[in-house]
Amino acid sequence: MTHTISLTVNGKAHCSVVEPRLLLVHYLRDILGLTGTNIGCDTSQCGSCTVHMDGEAVKACTVLAVQADGASIKTIEGMAANGSLHPLQEAFREEHGLQCGYCTPGMIMAADALLRRNHKPSEAQIRQELEGNMCRCTGYQNIVKAVQNAALKMA
Amino acid sequence: MAKTVGTSVKRVEDPRFLRGQGTYTANLQLPGMTHLAVKRSPHAHAIIKRIDATRALALPGVLGVFTGKDLIEGGCGTLPVGWSVPNQKTPDRHALTPDRVRHVGDGVAAVVAESSYIARDALDLIEVEYETLPLVTDARKAAEPGAPLVHPAIANNISYEWELGDKQACADGLAEAHIVVEQELINTRLVPNAIEPRACVAQWNAPDDQMTIWTTSQNPHPIRVLLSAFTLKIPEHKLRVIAPDVGGGFGSKIFHYPEEVIVPWVSRKINRPVKWVCTRSEAFITDSHGRDHVTVAKMGFKRDGTITGLQVTTWANQGAYLSTFASLIPTILYLGCISGMYKVKGIFGHVFGTLTNTVPVDAVRGAGRPEAAYLVERMIDIGARRLKKDPWEVRHKNFIPASEFPYQTPVAFNYDSGDYHAICDKVATLADLKGMRERQSEARKAGRLVGIGFSTAIEISGYGPSKVVTSIGSALGMWESAALRVYPTGKVTLFTGSHSHGQGHETTFAQIAADELGIAVSDIEVVHGDTGRVQQGVGTFGSRSGTVGGTAVVKAAAKVREKMRRIAAHQLEAAEEDVVFDQSNGTAYVKGSPDKAKTFFEMAFSTFTANQLPAGMEPGLEETAFFDPTGLTAPNSAHIAQVEVDPATGEVEIQRYVAVDDVGNIINPMIVEGQLLGGIVHGVGQALLECARYDSNGQLLSGSMMDYAMPRSNLMPMIEMGRTVTPAPSNPLGVKGAGEMGTIASTPAICNAVMDALQIDHLDMPLTPERIWQALQ
Repeated sequence: MTHTISLTVNGKAHCSVVEPRLLLVHYLRDILGLTGTNIGCDTSQCGSCTVHMDGEAVKACTVLAVQADGASIKTIEGMAANGSLHPLQEAFREEHGLQCGYCTPGMIMAADALLRRNHKPSEAQIRQELEGNMCRCTGYQNIVKAVQNAALKMA
Repeated sequence: MAKTVGTSVKRVEDPRFLRGQGTYTANLQLPGMTHLAVKRSPHAHAIIKRIDATRALALPGVLGVFTGKDLIEGGCGTLPVGWSVPNQKTPDRHALTPDRVRHVGDGVAAVVAESSYIARDALDLIEVEYETLPLVTDARKAAEPGAPLVHPAIANNISYEWELGDKQACADGLAEAHIVVEQELINTRLVPNAIEPRACVAQWNAPDDQMTIWTTSQNPHPIRVLLSAFTLKIPEHKLRVIAPDVGGGFGSKIFHYPEEVIVPWVSRKINRPVKWVCTRSEAFITDSHGRDHVTVAKMGFKRDGTITGLQVTTWANQGAYLSTFASLIPTILYLGCISGMYKVKGIFGHVFGTLTNTVPVDAVRGAGRPEAAYLVERMIDIGARRLKKDPWEVRHKNFIPASEFPYQTPVAFNYDSGDYHAICDKVATLADLKGMRERQSEARKAGRLVGIGFSTAIEISGYGPSKVVTSIGSALGMWESAALRVYPTGKVTLFTGSHSHGQGHETTFAQIAADELGIAVSDIEVVHGDTGRVQQGVGTFGSRSGTVGGTAVVKAAAKVREKMRRIAAHQLEAAEEDVVFDQSNGTAYVKGSPDKAKTFFEMAFSTFTANQLPAGMEPGLEETAFFDPTGLTAPNSAHIAQVEVDPATGEVEIQRYVAVDDVGNIINPMIVEGQLLGGIVHGVGQALLECARYDSNGQLLSGSMMDYAMPRSNLMPMIEMGRTVTPAPSNPLGVKGAGEMGTIASTPAICNAVMDALQIDHLDMPLTPERIWQALQ
């Protein structure tokens, strides 16, 4: 049994035939080849696979590809418009908010959703909002600073 | 050209990670790729009676099912260990166990299929009949008479016993003490949890008998040696091991894992590329765990706080098999560090490495050194409490004086450098310890449970020389290599045997080379993690990249400069001894005549045209250097934490965390600070949150990220950082290890702060609200 889904990913239209059980994250990675979205767990805890679905941050390991039928998806590959880094991407580099880089795409997508909801988040709000995204390298401190930096850039 | 070492050059590797273009192993797509999954034991200890793969093989898309017997018959060897202490009993460990499972997660069969979903479906169709056996999971109970044997040939489950120190001096020291504090300490079992799960891809090239393996490793060269000589037995020159971008290691990706054998073996068998990607739940029951010590310790004190002796007995859980460096960790890296930053004459340690029906235990960030720091720092706090003395003053009283470096401890290591009084004074100043104490006193009067905790800790990093390390158990040398390939146009590729999995070598190693050659960082590309491109290597672990790998770069650059200097002398028609290489701008000239300099480009280009070289000089410009460290570096830390415990809930709030670290000279302050920050939070995780817990059936209760509490973004306040610098004398850069230091110091700082808040001697980790609340009742 398969389903046909139509969706846009990073502004590009796709129409695919998928198994009903296929996870969105596997659809993005394995079918579309968008491997920027990483997988770090299997219980929806780590947030590495965070993408935007119709503007909202979702963990793509917890969404079926069929649920994304008709949706607009944005992944890390869609963040650098016209080739230049998004302010969040720049801020992560400036503040050394990444080390191994594995949690980074999910972290940036989660932070972007946060900054669109709250243009001037406090440190406490940033720490609270990013609680669903795990990082083992940075201890989060420079990630928090990067989000603060990006908030200023985007103001 | 301004010097770049010592400056926070932004990372070269960041753009690809920020754009989602990291080359992690799981991202690799190859034409004809197949997918492998491993059937794992649900039992902690059982005999395999029967494996029936009939139904799995009938599933469309399944290409094969292989068992431990198939691998043995197919020529696979057992997984070797890289460290052996005297009289160590090393049990056989197969990539897939052929007859008996010894921990939940032990692999019994592998299925390969056209898609990962089909492979996973097929796992459920493989029928395995087990006969369960009695089991043991606790390190100390495993060594008791009558305990179930994990390996029947290994009596009392004791893989090894190991002693260090002077028994008599220790007894004398304890005898002269005013008080002797005795305490049992449990150092919890940790799951490493790098955010990238392990993965492996293999591609067999049948016409050329060549195998390429991509694997999530911190050290691809040693993995190639082990694969070639012991497990897969493909000649080393036909085997290429690539560790591309790796998403964090923390020790867990040092080791040679079963899947690194299974995946290439199956690829050769079916003559197609094979991919295996570990799920997180699988990682919990297959990645080597860390710590897991049961310790009984005695520390003696004079009335004035002077430490007179330390006696330690530890049962170190090694799990069901010895992982690659299993016995290194609780022996020299643990007992070798129990002198801490203190001058203690009488030290004696005895460790039992025991086998249990649990996941193998090996290095996790810090590896032995956090266990040592936790032990020493907890014991000092308990002693200070009993003596009614300020724990800060007790530490101060016992520090090794700066004038006594290099300092030979009674437990093997020779500390290279440090100023322990200075680092402690610095952190006290930075934290405003006096004001902190006053505010604590006021808070206590108001009935609030505010605690201040200290820790000081040393690390042993970049250890060597190889001759010494191999004499105490290592199967490999502890050198590192670097090669510099200078192209005709003056651009450079730097090949290093170190591996970056977050450390930023592509930046810091380029900084070192840039300064040594007098060229721009942007003119240097760093290549690592590929045995097909990098000459030789040992890899990244034990905080050794900067000290050992970085020094190899310095040595290779010196060779490049020397050849360039000789070329310049020839072209300037000067005596070689009159020509200098100017590292500030990459030129060479006759002393006093910089206006007539040969540029880096000119000298490089003439190795290509080869028409103006000194007689007998070979064309081309590529220099390789190997560095074998002459000793070790001993980075050190002094940390202060302030916490408040909520008496109603038992929750711990970390209010301040102040850290001063001496990691010697610094190549890139931004990167070093980042590693220290991450390390600190890792260690705080152990103190408050993390614990791998087994039930009586050997089931891992905390076996997913839902059940195993990881540090999250709201755990900590902003950490306040400071630095002291005593350059390491054993390497030309003067650098010491930085990657593990934060973790080593932070666990005891937090625990000591919580005990101070509660005004009690000791609680075992993790200091969960429940455990604290119970203690308060």
